[in-house]
Amino acid sequence: MKRTFEAGWFFIIPVIVCVSFTAILPLMTVVNYSIQDIISPERRVFVGTEWFRSIIMDQELRAAFVRQLLFSTATLCIEVPLGIGVALCMPRRGAFSSAALVLLAMPLLIPWNVVGTIWQLYSRPDIGLLGHALSLIGFDFEYARNPLHAWVAVLLMDIWHWTPLIALLCYTGLQSIPEQYYLAAEIDGAGKFDIFRYIQLPKLRSVLSIAVLLRFMDSFVIYTEPFVLTGGGPGNSTTFLSQYLSQLALGQFDVGPAAAFSIIYFLIILLISFILYNWMRTLSAAT
Amino acid sequence: MIHAPNSALRYTLLALYLLFTVLPIYWLVSLSLRSNYEIASGFSIFPSTFNLDSYRTIFGDRAWYSGYINSTIIVAINSCLSLLVALPAAYAFSRFEFTGDKHVFFWLLTNRMTPPAVFVLPFFQMYTALNLFDTHIGVALAYLLFNVPLAVWILEGFMNGVPREIDEMAFIDGYSFPRFFITVFMPLIKSAIGVSLFFCFMFSWVELLIGRTLTSVNARPITATMTRTVTASGVDWSTLAAAGTLTIIPGALVIWFVRKNLAKGFAMGRV
Amino acid sequence: MAKIELKLAHTYSTAANPSPDDYALVQLDLTFEQGGAYALLGPSGCGKSTMLNIISGLLRPSQGRVLFDGRDVTLLKPSERNIAQVFQFPVVYDTMTVGQNLAFPLRTRRIEQRKIDARVSLIAEILGLSSDLNLIAANLPADMKQKISLGRGLVRDDVAAVLLDEPLTVIDPLLKWQLRQKLKEVHRELNVTLVYVTHDQVEAMSFADKVIVMSHGKILQVGTPEELFEDPHHTFVGTFVGSPGMNFVEVQVRGGELFKGDNPIGTAPDLVKRETSSALKLGVRPEHVAIAADQTGVEAKLKRIQSLGGYYLLTVDLYGQEVFVRTDRPDHLPEPGAPLRIDVLGPYTRFFKNDIKLPFGGHL
Repeated sequence: MKRTFEAGWFFIIPVIVCVSFTAILPLMTVVNYSIQDIISPERRVFVGTEWFRSIIMDQELRAAFVRQLLFSTATLCIEVPLGIGVALCMPRRGAFSSAALVLLAMPLLIPWNVVGTIWQLYSRPDIGLLGHALSLIGFDFEYARNPLHAWVAVLLMDIWHWTPLIALLCYTGLQSIPEQYYLAAEIDGAGKFDIFRYIQLPKLRSVLSIAVLLRFMDSFVIYTEPFVLTGGGPGNSTTFLSQYLSQLALGQFDVGPAAAFSIIYFLIILLISFILYNWMRTLSAAT
Repeated sequence: MIHAPNSALRYTLLALYLLFTVLPIYWLVSLSLRSNYEIASGFSIFPSTFNLDSYRTIFGDRAWYSGYINSTIIVAINSCLSLLVALPAAYAFSRFEFTGDKHVFFWLLTNRMTPPAVFVLPFFQMYTALNLFDTHIGVALAYLLFNVPLAVWILEGFMNGVPREIDEMAFIDGYSFPRFFITVFMPLIKSAIGVSLFFCFMFSWVELLIGRTLTSVNARPITATMTRTVTASGVDWSTLAAAGTLTIIPGALVIWFVRKNLAKGFAMGRV
Repeated sequence: MAKIELKLAHTYSTAANPSPDDYALVQLDLTFEQGGAYALLGPSGCGKSTMLNIISGLLRPSQGRVLFDGRDVTLLKPSERNIAQVFQFPVVYDTMTVGQNLAFPLRTRRIEQRKIDARVSLIAEILGLSSDLNLIAANLPADMKQKISLGRGLVRDDVAAVLLDEPLTVIDPLLKWQLRQKLKEVHRELNVTLVYVTHDQVEAMSFADKVIVMSHGKILQVGTPEELFEDPHHTFVGTFVGSPGMNFVEVQVRGGELFKGDNPIGTAPDLVKRETSSALKLGVRPEHVAIAADQTGVEAKLKRIQSLGGYYLLTVDLYGQEVFVRTDRPDHLPEPGAPLRIDVLGPYTRFFKNDIKLPFGGHL
């Protein structure tokens, strides 16, 4: 039972100050830029929603958005079943479970740019293990020149990088199922598929909601890994939203459209996370 | 175990997946142990010798090893600050109800979800104006935006699992709040603090965009240093590989030490 | 339906020659008659759950056999043994409805739908779940979920025994009583053998026809609740059964008289007149200690009177030892601190040598 304690606010003041300083101030700046045209430090013109309109019309942006959606959806559709599968294959106890966990978790702790570097070194046909092996079987893997190959490389990299998160979360969920459920199923005469469907999957559902939320959010704002691996290329075939935004913001002096897009980007994330967060809350309240 | 179906199939599939996981890492380490000449001249699965030249380059070149030092300093500052700020907040969210508490909590989480790219420009201007550009504390402060909400979320989940009776007993016994928190409460949430530190470390160690934007020379983290190894004579693959390997080691050590709590930690108290 | 016989011992140790202390179940020979309601009663760690898991087949005994109706089932899996087990917390398939939960064990055995429906409605009727068959199991209260767990066990008509492992642990006290009544109804109607594991002697005594009291892997006594109450074979049974348990006074026999140390208790009955042992205990339940009239009995001091709604519990100091006395009538009682004469020798007084009831003595 929680005590109603308005003085609880004192405890969260440090957090609010901190996050406000790092978040609200910058955001206000962004909002500022998004509704003004700053011709020079002295001359600022209020332009209302003009930047917003122009940026929504921007073909480049739309293309990047489509690519981003495709990417996030594709990775999620592959990583979730794969993660569940890996979790189901993991040993539940014993000496191997520790070792397997460590190996499984390794990609998660590698700096994101190193992830990109690893896959560069791995996929290049001249010096990469994968690239070279593929060329040996007649498959010319040129991710720097072929957009399709670039996509495959980026997808493989993301799957390699983030499936462990889903697998670990699902593994934790599976571990939390009391032994008695399996015993009761045994007594009931349930088969392996029944056990998966009626005991393991329901438990995984609540865990997966966390996983899906985290993964979709993070993949929607992905920047470092594809930047290092393909630089967004060839051309802009693997340029996703964050990279496009940072190109806009830092590349040109046209901060207006960049700021406007930042707001839109932020709002999209906010909306999706709000939906997913509430969905997560209802799911965990039900169990 | 009665219910473990078909162990042979499961372990074969698992082994295949783990192979998929390990191969790229192996390749990185393997390239780091070859000279650029060896890399360019022909392909082989195993390095011909155990060549540590690239590592010597890194340890000898200030431009390289300062990157590691900077990253470490940033991670350390950020982790301490994040915990300092998150602990009381998590306690409040766990134990108290106050107006707007659920909304503040959600607002905190949304910060974690903001695209870092959105902050690139305003951060750059703000930190420059505050004279925090190219400083360790500047980057550490910036990372608070992402680490504090996560830490609060993790800590609150764990704290909910500690019965309130413990708090009440301590107060009845006459403990002052700080004494209770430090001597009674914190030992109980040791694993939560560990997991939070783990995630703070993880994020701060691996981030590139903001780290690159807010620094130039003095506080350049290793992630940014590494992305500039394209020279006129082509990419220095060997040194790049060695640098990459060196960044993995802290992570590997961390996982090894917390391996027993790994699964539990990932539950974040919520599964 | 089956008679269950256990002739076995069990140790969890993997050593080649385990010491006697390693045995979770000391060599035993126990029979559960068809249709009986049994309780396995004992403190935590006494081996009752081990025994239950051996009966159900979730555990294989390290030595010995399990027989169902004379048939050796020791190596059979639980699903092959026609038993049902209810655990300490409800185990239900959350995503299914109540009806689907009950039907599940029959569906996996490919019974035809008509029979399934008939059986499910019968069991639901008995358990009082008929109106709830379409509710999703996940959101139901704990007591209903336990009923579902129980129902899943009963729905198969070839069930030999239903094993219950402290099934009321998570149930509210008020509902505990209701569920116990339900279990008895089930027992009457379906004539299944029920084995109920518990550490709560009230539960055991109110539920079972026969109670098996265990401690440290040994069976101390098998008997009806009355037998355990009036005639415990071991001091442990005396202490564990009853609330509070039996009073024990260390006594010595000298010249045909009973003494506690130097203090006289009374004339020794024939049974112990010639006992010279120094490990002799007198056991008498609080219910059987008489408040003596006038100069009979022995003088003790009344320390405390507790009213426990319906009866009174007196704490009495008998030569430095606390003895509990239970009485319905608080009148004629002195104030706490005053002397009170009590009589500990009566038809229900028992004597124990080395903790084992005389005239058995020695080993059980």
